[in-house]
Amino acid sequence: MEKRTTEKLVIDNTEYTTGLSRRYKERKPYEAPVPGRLYSFIPGTVIEVLVSVGDSVRQGDDMVILDAMKMKNRLKSHVEGTVVAVNVKPGDRVTKGMVLAEIS
Amino acid sequence: MALEKKIRELKEKREKMLLGGGEEAVGKQKAMGKNTARERIMAILDTGTFNEYDMFVEHDARDFGMDKKHLPSDGVVIGTGSVHGNPVAIFAQDFTVAGGSLGLMHSRKITKIMDHALKMRIPLIGINDSGGARIQEGVNSLAGYGEIFFRNTISSGVIPQISVILGPCAGGAVYSPALTDFVFVVENISKMFITGPEVIKTVLGEEISMEALGGARVHCETSGNAHFFSMSEEECFSQIKRLISLIPRNNEVKAQPAETMPPDSSYDIEQIVPGDPTLPYDVRDVIRAVADSSDFFEIQEMYARNMVIGLGRIGGRTVGFVANQPLEMAGVLDVDSSDKAARFIRYCDAFNIPLVTFVDLPGYLPGVDQEHAGVIRHGAKVLYAYSEATVPKLTVILRKAYGGGYIAMSSRHLRADFVFAWPAAEIAVMGPEGAANIIFRKEITSASSPEEMRKQKVEEYREKFANPYVAASRGYVDAVIEPSETRRLLLHALEVSENKVVQMPWKKHGIPPF
Repeated sequence: MEKRTTEKLVIDNTEYTTGLSRRYKERKPYEAPVPGRLYSFIPGTVIEVLVSVGDSVRQGDDMVILDAMKMKNRLKSHVEGTVVAVNVKPGDRVTKGMVLAEIS
Repeated sequence: MALEKKIRELKEKREKMLLGGGEEAVGKQKAMGKNTARERIMAILDTGTFNEYDMFVEHDARDFGMDKKHLPSDGVVIGTGSVHGNPVAIFAQDFTVAGGSLGLMHSRKITKIMDHALKMRIPLIGINDSGGARIQEGVNSLAGYGEIFFRNTISSGVIPQISVILGPCAGGAVYSPALTDFVFVVENISKMFITGPEVIKTVLGEEISMEALGGARVHCETSGNAHFFSMSEEECFSQIKRLISLIPRNNEVKAQPAETMPPDSSYDIEQIVPGDPTLPYDVRDVIRAVADSSDFFEIQEMYARNMVIGLGRIGGRTVGFVANQPLEMAGVLDVDSSDKAARFIRYCDAFNIPLVTFVDLPGYLPGVDQEHAGVIRHGAKVLYAYSEATVPKLTVILRKAYGGGYIAMSSRHLRADFVFAWPAAEIAVMGPEGAANIIFRKEITSASSPEEMRKQKVEEYREKFANPYVAASRGYVDAVIEPSETRRLLLHALEVSENKVVQMPWKKHGIPPF
């Protein structure tokens, strides 16, 4: 193993001199989901966007149809409110966890 | 004489089969840096010991023009032979014949040699080099895979099963290696995945090369699916031979002992571990300082490096080493390292290999990603594996042994047979900095100089609890020893536990936190 002993890791208030693993360095900081945001739960292709900015939506309304794993998935609004942003259009390829639209 | 003619005929028939998929296909195989199936078998087995069976087996598929296709030996070579004098059963898929694709008869040859291996209680070596299911044979191919997986499972823990990935191994085919004990891979040659780059691209729109998705390095570093990495087939074969020489041929015997050899005198055991518990060192040097000839055969060297596992000998007997590695992530237990250690502990237990554990860890790794990845369940695997293991369990606490990490790493409480601690060991619920902050919170916050008070309380705690004597006073540690006494005591402990017997309550099987 190459000597990589310049990095620091703190556990229980104690700072250890050690190497950090790639998995640790590349870990994503936790972000709490924001209620008004519509996230893609899987990577895929947007087939249809059913809402536009300014539309009012109720909980359970279909907003985007996402093609993934050979299935057409209806992404529904979890909240009631007004659409303030639509970040995708039909044909867009999206990654997992992307914000597709926002409701306020 | 008629017999002479018949013998000549046989020779001709054999010659034809030995050509495999023919000159052109063999040429392609060679161009990829790959040996042929039979060459690979010969390279692993002792010279002149290979005996091939089912050479003349052929498929009888009729659909899609298969009735006109002649596939020599149906794309797989099976037989028996020996490695360093130890009998083994072996099969090798022949990529030069229909891409090593698996049809019904191909699978029947593999299951035949698997049945032999189990019945004769000898190790099974499987060389995988196949494009996957032979689509023309339809559900018969799937049946073939299923029969192989079933045998892998039934043989697990009875005979050693070794998988060698020397080509593609994709789709359902990957589950046979996944069910075996050890997976060997070679840079640029091995490719393993459930769904290939093409499918991933069409379904998910993610682009990735075959090597980046399921190459040798990925499975050794990231997924943990493979155990041994090498740069060439030759290096891979010598690793396999070395492994076979260290492990028993089945679960009813012990590994063959070798002559006792002293460790290399260049490893000064007292100079390896720094006194400051926050400073790193390579724990493999401690292993080498106690192992015969300082010979340590590391397993999963590139995966979850904060945990070191591998085989070696002490006093000629094979032992399994498990050690926290302060060089990486301060040696913490986390999802991957727990998984890695637990599986190896169960391997050693299944095959009568005593466990020698070196402890130096600050505990479990904190973090949302770890908690969400199930560190509770994965960490529990270590507890489960150590608790259920009935082979001799010898533990040496080198330095830190804090909190849950102390319990998990083969502690007395999980029925370690011998627990030794070096004089600088700190066996405590946590490190002095963390503990003092909690226990003396009031004193610290209400002091006129909190920082001064904190330092004082940390020192107080360190003095009182950061040592091996509190644990020794309760008998949790059997002996506090000088580092230089370690090998002698391990040798003695192994001798004493040679005929260890433990009665466990009857059960069909436990339910480990898979």
